[in-house]
Amino acid sequence: MKPLVALPDLNPPPDPVTEQLTQAFTSQEERLARIEPGWLVALRKAGIARFADVGLPTLRDEDWRFTNLAPLQEHRFQPTLGRPTPDLPAEALDGLALGDLPGDRLVFVDGHHSPALSHIASHGPGVVVEPFSLAMARNADAIRITLGQHADLTKSPFVALNQACFSDGAFVRIPRGHRLDQPVHLLFVSTGRDPGIAIHPRNLLLLERDAGATIVEHYLSLADAPTLTNAVTEIVAGENARMEHIRLQDESKTSFHFGFVRLQQAANSNVAAHCISLGARLFRHEYDPSLDGPGAECVLNGLYLAKGRQLADHHMVVDHAQPNCASHEYFNGILADQSRGVFHGRILIRPGAQKTDAKQTNKNLLLSNEARANSKPQLEIYADDVKCTHGATVGQLDPEAVFYLRARGIPEETARRMLVHSFAGEITHRIQHNGLREALDEIVWDWLESLEAVQIGRRDGSGTHSVAHPH
Amino acid sequence: MSDPILDIRDLRAGVEGRDILQGISLTIQPGEVHAIMGPNGSGKSTLASVLAGRDGYEVRGGSVNFLGQDLLELAPEERARDGLFLAFQYPVEIPGVNSTYFLKAALNEQRKHRGLTPVDAMEFLTLVRDKIKLLELNEDLLKRPVNAGFSGGEKKRNEIFQMAVLEPRLAVLDETDSGLDIDALRVVANGVNRLKSADNAQLVITHYQRLLDYIVPDFVHVLMNGRIVRSGGKELALELEERGYDWIARETQAATQS
Repeated sequence: MKPLVALPDLNPPPDPVTEQLTQAFTSQEERLARIEPGWLVALRKAGIARFADVGLPTLRDEDWRFTNLAPLQEHRFQPTLGRPTPDLPAEALDGLALGDLPGDRLVFVDGHHSPALSHIASHGPGVVVEPFSLAMARNADAIRITLGQHADLTKSPFVALNQACFSDGAFVRIPRGHRLDQPVHLLFVSTGRDPGIAIHPRNLLLLERDAGATIVEHYLSLADAPTLTNAVTEIVAGENARMEHIRLQDESKTSFHFGFVRLQQAANSNVAAHCISLGARLFRHEYDPSLDGPGAECVLNGLYLAKGRQLADHHMVVDHAQPNCASHEYFNGILADQSRGVFHGRILIRPGAQKTDAKQTNKNLLLSNEARANSKPQLEIYADDVKCTHGATVGQLDPEAVFYLRARGIPEETARRMLVHSFAGEITHRIQHNGLREALDEIVWDWLESLEAVQIGRRDGSGTHSVAHPH
Repeated sequence: MSDPILDIRDLRAGVEGRDILQGISLTIQPGEVHAIMGPNGSGKSTLASVLAGRDGYEVRGGSVNFLGQDLLELAPEERARDGLFLAFQYPVEIPGVNSTYFLKAALNEQRKHRGLTPVDAMEFLTLVRDKIKLLELNEDLLKRPVNAGFSGGEKKRNEIFQMAVLEPRLAVLDETDSGLDIDALRVVANGVNRLKSADNAQLVITHYQRLLDYIVPDFVHVLMNGRIVRSGGKELALELEERGYDWIARETQAATQS
């Protein structure tokens, strides 16, 4: 234990953002008590109490030391809970990425379910794909006993805030032995009509024993506006369940986005969670997996793309509590301009979690001299028969690889592009669903191709700087 | 005699302020196989790097003419498109770049340069199928990322496979034998021999005579301290195998002192 350093004030007054958001919730408490069941109101109150108590993290907080939340103070955020559902014409989603995806689509506009934009096929008995706003009536018991039981509000103030303020989100339940053929597309649209709104989506995805599903969470802005999204997803995978979970964050460059995904995995379950993130001014995503039965496996596979002054922060603690489990984390970041990548990954192997196979890599590709990456991989091992590796790299394109491609006749500019694309491809190729992988590859491709040639093509400094060849 | 493929005159080059090549002259005619042998640190790989245009090598003097052009003026990719091929001593792993995509791009760059239409995926596959067999490689290789996770032998065979596809006028094999067991060596050498024609040439750089049992050179040059100190026929390689490099070093020293 580190000695406690005397701080100037152990109980500083809450920061203005905490105060503002807490007040915004409190002003709704009475209304909520009239329309919502007691257990839900109690859950919300517990959330806001925790949030008000701990407040927003600061750089002094070890888990947040590279992510400064001060820019949140430029705005007075108002949760969308209790506001009317905004109208959004169907044309607003024309040309939408992943728009061709077959299967169910649940659309939420500024945090509220839009029945007009959603379409849900009729499923077999027991399959539920619904917004909470509807599911609450029909599946109250299942929700009551599960919601908030897995995403621990002490793990992040943003989880606590979401637990208080969530407006709507998806409730998915796949019954025992059932495999959903088509992916479920959960689309969270931020219209940007009301700058300063705070959207709190909440998802609960339950896979019973031997069940299987592919579920996409897709966050999108329709306009450039300083909005805040704070999403929490609880995934509960029963014994031998199989899930592919994809999180695409493509919000506007002026928005703030916080995401938290809890994975609760029973024996022999297998979850592949991919996150592709290219939006938001300030982005923080946390995975909180618990491999809670022997033989459980999870893959956390992330690609973050940042330019301008964007910040992309990924944080995860993989908790191995049982023997014979495997977890693999692969996170690649491509950082241009003055952007910044933060990665903190911890693998915790508890006593008794023998034969654990855990692997973690974080690679950062810097495309400019001003881009920065902070990477902190950690291992904490209390079992003696485990296989555990971790590694992190921060660097520019490998000059030897560039030369290799050029020595085969490929122009330098193309060679550099190929290598940057391939660095992204290392992540996207792990997406198993073909249609999704192709669609995401396209989104990534467009982003990479939008970079200035000079940035992507050349590294600065050490005498190698030059302008790109004009074509 | 026809025009040479490669004509090196008094080439002097170095790296990071160190002189390595101290004046090399070498002429290679179409149809010829030349071997460059020499102990470690003699400048063999520097010669290969300078010819291919690797960054960081500084040419201090002399000239290199490749098919009538000043080679040293060309970017690495231009040299490749004109028909120079370097088989790397250490082929680079490029995870994420698919082998088919890479090699098709390379081939089409060359074809574009020569005014030919690009090949499509189907044509490419037909074209490479025989060549991949020649190197006794599995066709699966085409679906894998370039060199990623390949064994040492696979990497070297993959180099020669690329050479087979790109059909260079001059192939420079930089210690292609290093790290190969005898079976892989035979496969690689067989590939190289099959690619030999009256129209192209090969420059085989090696430390050991072993490779030259399989790729039989027309000329052998011994490189020491950045100079070619002796040239001869293939029997010179055998003599080196028997007697090592020291006797040449001694004779050269004696010759320069007298």
